[in-house]
Amino acid sequence: MPVITFQDVDYECAPSETVLDCFIRHGVSIPHSCQSGVCHSCLMLALNGAPPAEAQKGLKTTLQANHYFLACLCRPQADLAVTLPGRDVTHRVSARVIDKTMLNDTTVRLRLQPETAFPYRPGQFVNLYRYDGLARSYSLASLPQHGEPLELHVRCLQGGQMSTWIHQELKVDDHVSIEGPIGNCFYVPDQPQQPLLLAGTGCGIAPLWGIMRDALDQGHEGPVYLFHGSFTKAGLYFVDEMRATAERYPNFRYTPCVDEGNGEDDFTVGRIDKVVASMLPNLKGWRIFLCGVPEMVKGMQRSTFLAGASMQDIYADPFG
Amino acid sequence: MTQSLYERIGGEAAVNAAVDIFYRKVLADDRISRFFEDVDMERQAEKQKGFLTFAFGGPNNYTGKDMREGHAHLVERGLNDSHFDAVMENLGATLKELNVPDELIAEAAAIAESTRNDVLGR
Repeated sequence: MPVITFQDVDYECAPSETVLDCFIRHGVSIPHSCQSGVCHSCLMLALNGAPPAEAQKGLKTTLQANHYFLACLCRPQADLAVTLPGRDVTHRVSARVIDKTMLNDTTVRLRLQPETAFPYRPGQFVNLYRYDGLARSYSLASLPQHGEPLELHVRCLQGGQMSTWIHQELKVDDHVSIEGPIGNCFYVPDQPQQPLLLAGTGCGIAPLWGIMRDALDQGHEGPVYLFHGSFTKAGLYFVDEMRATAERYPNFRYTPCVDEGNGEDDFTVGRIDKVVASMLPNLKGWRIFLCGVPEMVKGMQRSTFLAGASMQDIYADPFG
Repeated sequence: MTQSLYERIGGEAAVNAAVDIFYRKVLADDRISRFFEDVDMERQAEKQKGFLTFAFGGPNNYTGKDMREGHAHLVERGLNDSHFDAVMENLGATLKELNVPDELIAEAAAIAESTRNDVLGR
């Protein structure tokens, strides 16, 4: 009989019993409600490999890829170690700053070399800790598959303790502590033909740079549209890199958008949500990634849904 | 043995097919869209799945008390019969769009209708 390990205790699972039934029989309390895979209250995370596929029905593809499952649908065939969500399997490692480069007037790129292995998916984020314990979240712009160092984009915020410290004091060869990976905003190669829309403002482009390159690197065949929005031209960066990528991959289309401007350098003038709506009025069947300021992310979560994208296919990562 | 409404209507697959259509109709409906401003859309979609499962006679543990508590803040903002009617209309239109037979739509509507007084806090 398979054994389920939860919070360091082993529970024997009877034949054809679900994980939830097994817990209930043993008097172990976990959140649950409908017991039929609809309400998702009993969402859990498998720690030792993929859970049975039928226990992942109806979950977002990124949750499936990260081995989340529904306890009420899960009839384990083999031993299973599980935990509740929110206790993500993150780890904390020390990392050395190996490069610090300004991307525009206000945004710096940090490259970090972790001292021990740090697996992640492009687009996930990490918590970065200062020596005194101050912590902030930053998205990963790098790809793990080609040995790239971890890459974070940090915008200097007025009065921002962490960003000011990173910009003014942190030096190459200093060490920081990072914890992660966290988040479910990343590419999963389950539908290589599906059209992708990636839209970000400011350094919301960091995770999208990772997600876009990951998709193309994994051979995504459908169109990949990336929109980067900013008030002015000065707020954009990676313009040359994006254009070079578009030359290399015919299915990749890059649209930099500025709220104010005269259309020079082929920048589209208009707010990012309006530009997307006019270029892509019908998003039925698309997968959407939205990163950046919360007002934009929430507004576009709604507008892309109303334009036909399924809620299951919209991945949103708001940050300030 | 006769099949339950939930089985006849298509079970979980029907709920999944209906939720996007239903939520989109609700958001696009000027009569009620203001009640859906400033909500976490993913969480709201999960709640609507729960509601549709309930209306389809599926497994659920909705109680009148939950319905009252869940909508009390909206009743304070003026939620009334006309808004409930609008939701019922959107539910019917969603099922029609999915080619659900009229008699099953009527059954689902009757279940949803049974929550009216609880939702409106009466």
